[in-house]
Amino acid sequence: MNNAADIVLVFLVLTNLMLLGLSRLGACIRTVALQGIALGLLPLLTKGGHMELHGTAFAIAIILLKGGVFPWMLMRTLREVNAQREIEPFIGYGKSLAVGTLILVVCIWLGSRLPLPEPVMSSLIVPVAFFTIMSGLFLIVSRRKALTQVLGYLVLENGIYAFGVALVDKQPLLVELGILLDIFVAIFVMGIAIFHINREFDHIDTDKLSGLRS
Amino acid sequence: MSLFLCGLAVLFIGGLASLLSGRRPALSSFLGAGGAVVGSLLAILPALAVLAGGRTESLRANWSVPLGSFLVQIDPLSAVFLLPILGLSALAAIYGAEYLWPYRQEKNLGVPWFFYNLLVVGMALVVAARNGLLFLVAWEVMSLASFFLVTFEYERQMVRQAGNIYLVAMHIGTAFLIVFFVLLGAHAGSLDFDTIPAVPSSLAGALFLLAVVGFGTKAGFMPLHVWLPHAHPAAPSHVSAVMSGVMIKTGIYGLVRTVTLIGPPEAWWCWVLIAIGVVSGILGVLFALAQHDLKRLLAYHSVENIGIITMGLGLGLLGVHIHSPTLAVLGFAGGLFHVINHAIFKGLLFLGAGAVLHGSGTGHLDLLGGLVKRMPWTAAAFLVGSIAICGIPPLNGFVSEFLIYLGAFKNGIVGGLDAAIPAVIVIGSLALIGGLALACFTKAFGTVFLGHPRSIHGQQAHEVGWAMKAAMAVLAASCVLGGALSPLVVRSAQTVVGEITSLPADAVETELATASSTLTHFVVVALLLATIAVLCLLARRRLLSGRSVRQAVTWDCGYAAPDCRMQYTATSFAQPLTDLFGFLLHTHKEVHPPKGVFPPDSALETETADVCEKYLYQPAFEAIRWSLGWFRWLQHGRLQVYVLYIALTLWILLIWKLM
Repeated sequence: MNNAADIVLVFLVLTNLMLLGLSRLGACIRTVALQGIALGLLPLLTKGGHMELHGTAFAIAIILLKGGVFPWMLMRTLREVNAQREIEPFIGYGKSLAVGTLILVVCIWLGSRLPLPEPVMSSLIVPVAFFTIMSGLFLIVSRRKALTQVLGYLVLENGIYAFGVALVDKQPLLVELGILLDIFVAIFVMGIAIFHINREFDHIDTDKLSGLRS
Repeated sequence: MSLFLCGLAVLFIGGLASLLSGRRPALSSFLGAGGAVVGSLLAILPALAVLAGGRTESLRANWSVPLGSFLVQIDPLSAVFLLPILGLSALAAIYGAEYLWPYRQEKNLGVPWFFYNLLVVGMALVVAARNGLLFLVAWEVMSLASFFLVTFEYERQMVRQAGNIYLVAMHIGTAFLIVFFVLLGAHAGSLDFDTIPAVPSSLAGALFLLAVVGFGTKAGFMPLHVWLPHAHPAAPSHVSAVMSGVMIKTGIYGLVRTVTLIGPPEAWWCWVLIAIGVVSGILGVLFALAQHDLKRLLAYHSVENIGIITMGLGLGLLGVHIHSPTLAVLGFAGGLFHVINHAIFKGLLFLGAGAVLHGSGTGHLDLLGGLVKRMPWTAAAFLVGSIAICGIPPLNGFVSEFLIYLGAFKNGIVGGLDAAIPAVIVIGSLALIGGLALACFTKAFGTVFLGHPRSIHGQQAHEVGWAMKAAMAVLAASCVLGGALSPLVVRSAQTVVGEITSLPADAVETELATASSTLTHFVVVALLLATIAVLCLLARRRLLSGRSVRQAVTWDCGYAAPDCRMQYTATSFAQPLTDLFGFLLHTHKEVHPPKGVFPPDSALETETADVCEKYLYQPAFEAIRWSLGWFRWLQHGRLQVYVLYIALTLWILLIWKLM
């Protein structure tokens, strides 16, 4: 069973690196959707034989939301704002990939050092969760388009969720549900906000919005 | 205890219902004010029971917050503070229902009612809480709710500024309290008040200073008082009454509770308290004397009265320190009685000032005048409050000041030098404060209610409705009764004073009985004088009956055509005193004196800014602002860079921790 979980975890790392190297926004959204589906599968694979009903239901909800609803909402926003690709990010794609690799190395080191309340099922899961969080932060920092920043935010949350899976017994389901609700509302609001920003300013480049400050 | 919590629940639910029905002003006012009155009356019953000699009640419930527990208790000390808090809040709510009514078109009345009821719940919980965390939560609820009430008329720039000053001051105070509770909790291992072991003297000293600053900001000790003259005039008048009458007393409560928690007092604590009391008392009344705005004047008087209370507490502590039961009992009894009495008469005065504002539309002293003819009820109530606040017998303000005097005099005669010096200082200061307060209220009452109207505001004033009158009448009656029944009331302080001073019950009783018998003389003489006055009035009526009675202009003085501008203004009345104390007040004067044989326009403008605000806080905040300017390069307005700061901080912390 661990093998399957490890495959999913490696897949998560690959999607993160892919996000760092992609310029087309549509492809980015699809990648995040794939990552969401993989995440939804993760608890099913780690639990192994003894499946519980609410766990399964929760996993299905995650897959539906992260793999279906969020990408659909973002795609719709993308069509409305008519911005197809990230132009001139603060840190180029090649450099982003290099930095991503560096982050991965540090995360693996961190994962080996971090004391955990109980042993986790895979030694990979903590570094991967860290890496996902940090990739999300890096996306937010290094990209210009508001849509990419929303994606970064989603990836960040995926990382937190993966961390939650690692400590599933310690983290109540209710907390997860709460986080999920937060994200749902946030994506909702951000989608609307991006749409309005685009309508007002004819672009969604966040660095140009800094002129709004007094 | 369940009755107490029920009362708080009724208060909260009333506020919430009022908020939800905000679109219908009549229903909203009814629910808000009704909830406040019913809830306060329910919650006041257990406090009364405890004061009447019942046993201390407490309740502990689990609260899933680290170090927190829902531990509430009503002991005599809490009950002494609960009494004015709930009583005045209920009366002010009745008054507020009418006072807020004219705002129904432009504002949602549910909002002020929600925060008003929340403020009352916060205050009641502050004095009942026996856990540091619960206390801080209640403290913040109280501060924030009152902030939203202060900024009720947020359209006015002055109100927004007042709100900001208030918010900053409250948070600086709370910061000190958080440190206070952290230190106390670290020493005791728990934040429950009943588990605190004896505190070593160095820690106790630090805790005492933290408490003085933290609680003193709320109470309005000079020089921490700067928010009072801004916030009280800005708030709606019934809120000013509650804030000035009882909310600032939670600071006094905190200080008294601290002293009982951290063990036997040291000599310098008493000196600090007496010094603060003297400075707050004298400067408070001096600045009040120089004000032109009625509510601002009252706000400075709150500083003065907090000073008197603090002097009483300081003497009481000194009595505990030097083992003088007389001083301890009379000091604490005087201070705590003044807490209740000040709540009554200052509540009354603020409600009266609110009635003036409501009826005439302005609180500026030099625009008013002659209101006694148009607002006789308000004038009578304000007069009673003025007499009480000046400490003139036989009203209630006299009783508490008299207890402090008595303690100081007895101690000055029999005590040693270390007790005689503070006693003499307190006697002198109290006398000076009393005289200045008398001058100040002669000025306030005289300018507002006597003479002729000085502007259109005074001419068009109208008396207020029954709800506002009723609230003022009850408070005025309490002032009179508090004085007339003082010999009985003083004896009831036995349990609470015994609890604070931890003296044997019979010693406390003896001291209070002596004071009570002295007070009886005053009451008897006062009653005699009152009877004579009534007889004189009856005789006058009898003599005048059947004769013609004419009314003439007040300020005639032989002029053919007297003008309202020939009257004394508030400024000119106070001028001899403000000039005498000019070295403290720094009044800014702009004089354009009349020149030549036929002088054209001449003018005089005076403005007394708060010395502490002008010379202490403004330079300090300017310096902070300037030094923070160096960090402006950090602010780019770019989201990406901000997230980068967060991410880098996280990384550095993580790596540093895991190295």
